[in-house]
Amino acid sequence: MSFPHRHLLGIKGLSEPDIFYLLDKAEEAVKLSLQREKKTSTLRGLTQINLFFEASTRTQASFELAGKRLGADVMNMSVGNSSVKKGETLVDTAMTLNAMHPDMLVVRHSSAGAVALLAQKVGCAVINAGDGAHEHPTQALLDALTIRRMKGKVGRLTVAICGDVLHSRVARSNILLLNALGARVRVIAPRTLLPTGIEHMGAEVYSSMKEGLKDADVVMMLRLQRERMEGAFVPSVREYFRFFGLDAEKLSYAKDDALVMHPGPMNRGVEIASEIADGPQSVIEQQVEMGVAVRMAVMETLMLASGRN
Amino acid sequence: MTTRVLENLRIVDPSQQMDETGSIIIENGKIAAIGQNAANQGTPEGAKVINCKGQIAVPGLVDTRVFIGEPGSEYRETIASAGKAAAKGGITSIVTMPDTNPVIDDVALLQFIQRTARDTTDIHVHPASAMTKGLNGNEMTEFGLMMEAGAACVTDGRKTLRNAAVIRRAMTYARDFGALVACETQDEDLAAGGMMNEGLLASWLGFSGIPKEAEIIPLERDVRLAELTGANYHAAKISVPQSSKVIRRAKDKNLNVSAGISINNLTLNEVDIGEYRTFFKLSPPLRSEEERLAMVEALADGTIDVICSSHDPQDVDTKRLPFPHAAEGAIGLETMFSAALRLYHADQISLMRLIEVLSTKPAELYGLNAGSLRVGASADITLFDLEMPWVHYKDEIVSKSKNSAFEDARFTGKVLATIVSGQTIYSDE
Repeated sequence: MSFPHRHLLGIKGLSEPDIFYLLDKAEEAVKLSLQREKKTSTLRGLTQINLFFEASTRTQASFELAGKRLGADVMNMSVGNSSVKKGETLVDTAMTLNAMHPDMLVVRHSSAGAVALLAQKVGCAVINAGDGAHEHPTQALLDALTIRRMKGKVGRLTVAICGDVLHSRVARSNILLLNALGARVRVIAPRTLLPTGIEHMGAEVYSSMKEGLKDADVVMMLRLQRERMEGAFVPSVREYFRFFGLDAEKLSYAKDDALVMHPGPMNRGVEIASEIADGPQSVIEQQVEMGVAVRMAVMETLMLASGRN
Repeated sequence: MTTRVLENLRIVDPSQQMDETGSIIIENGKIAAIGQNAANQGTPEGAKVINCKGQIAVPGLVDTRVFIGEPGSEYRETIASAGKAAAKGGITSIVTMPDTNPVIDDVALLQFIQRTARDTTDIHVHPASAMTKGLNGNEMTEFGLMMEAGAACVTDGRKTLRNAAVIRRAMTYARDFGALVACETQDEDLAAGGMMNEGLLASWLGFSGIPKEAEIIPLERDVRLAELTGANYHAAKISVPQSSKVIRRAKDKNLNVSAGISINNLTLNEVDIGEYRTFFKLSPPLRSEEERLAMVEALADGTIDVICSSHDPQDVDTKRLPFPHAAEGAIGLETMFSAALRLYHADQISLMRLIEVLSTKPAELYGLNAGSLRVGASADITLFDLEMPWVHYKDEIVSKSKNSAFEDARFTGKVLATIVSGQTIYSDE
């Protein structure tokens, strides 16, 4: 089969076979990353530009490494502090880069929809590395790959997503992907951190960790931004941790072999206790490893689909 | 002056409940005779006769909420270009909003608009006065002097007054000068950060929404203050059924309260935003389909009095941006009438009622000399074909800005000619 999409702007629009195609491809990349010789020439001669309007060390490094392992020429641009401040619009930046003939643009932006807008204006493949509270598709794919490798499947598992769903692109992409693969999705958060209509988005809603984590196979924690902890959405860090932070007691409600996941970077002692983050059920490091593999798979697939490899 | 006779027309004039086939005799820019009567009179000597078979004549349309770029943003729209767009859309009178740069909060500025309009456009332009100086929400403008100079109403344009005490005093003071107080109602704090209608669609797109309560709460406040002060209050752009209920209750109490609605909220819904189309980022936001239908019903049953275009020209510099950064607003002068005819063709409203809310009623509420084809009235007439299909192509847009929410839209019913004071200022060739 082939992959029928030119860009990867979100999980929305991907079918179950599309997702499996990417996950299978990523398995191959995992193997490659474990060899001494990690570099291939699959994308040799192609140019990848990482265009980050919002700072991100981890995701950018992951995309950079993925591109380099495939043999592409990778350029990083952090636009957050330069052209935008000079008043250049997103579309102008896109046109400028487009004129340099890149083959892939990896874009992160703080506004929902910005990556889709940019994709309309350029002639190459665009990968969404996170746009506002909209989507972060490679994160959802790497989460699914991690789950599949640990549990052997994704479908019919119960996955609890806990925390700031309202502002989370990771949560939206994961809800879409997990539903597409037939998992049972729960969200657990105070109501102030849940979007309107969440009960119609393919998730069961809980406001108690005890009930929401009962018999869960996977516990996915979300990061809570510091500026949202001090009275605006929740009254305080200590109150949040008391009711929604993942500690040993709350984790005990989930299945004994439940996986603990976090997209990083973690706020230890806010949404997750250190002993859990570093504990035996945590697969947080595996997520990072799968991240490189998934991004390699996505780039190779898009280049194959556009006939550029 | 020559005498002109338009004959074989269907004439729909809500101001005299006329729907009949006949003629219109125009003398010296005024209606000299109309209807079957005029046809029976025969042609006056030397008159120029125009056969308008198949056409409908209605009083020139009145648009009470038009944002223009002049002064300050002439590259987006001037009074002249807005006048051309209005004429193409069958609109003969517009009320211009004070949110320009500088703000229209002083008699000299009001007169600037009037003079520029006189010199550069054929349609009637009635500037609105700002309600507070510089739209600062605190200090009243000179209502008395502004009304004396010909202001159509007092309004703070896009801004909702935050301070209830200020609006109470403004209403109290406006009453003495017979000034209509026209307000948009959207609570700044409740709507803060909101990009579109609150709901599932916004949640999937990753946006915080604008809840309907953001509109209803300041509206209820304003209506209570209108009751307290006896002001003539116009809720300029309501968008949800709960707002219609507030207006209905006020009318049942015989308060001096009326309501308008943007054509966008009558003919589009939130789904039109699709994947972040910024031309559909509007204020008030496009609501759900059920809410749209409820608003159409409130228009038909007399709760809502006026349709406005909410014409708001924005250029690529303010629209070709990521959705959260894009400006709100869409142009609408050219498409308001054809879009409104969709409601007629969908059997949701009678033609008589539609013309009433597009012409007669807004003229009456804003005290404009328009909205009627009675003998002696200014011959401001819109001629249209009720059934003619057409497509609104982007490159045929007359407005300087092209941010139309109806780009490539298909319409049934088209303006054929627009007549102001007896002169044909637009004709569809």
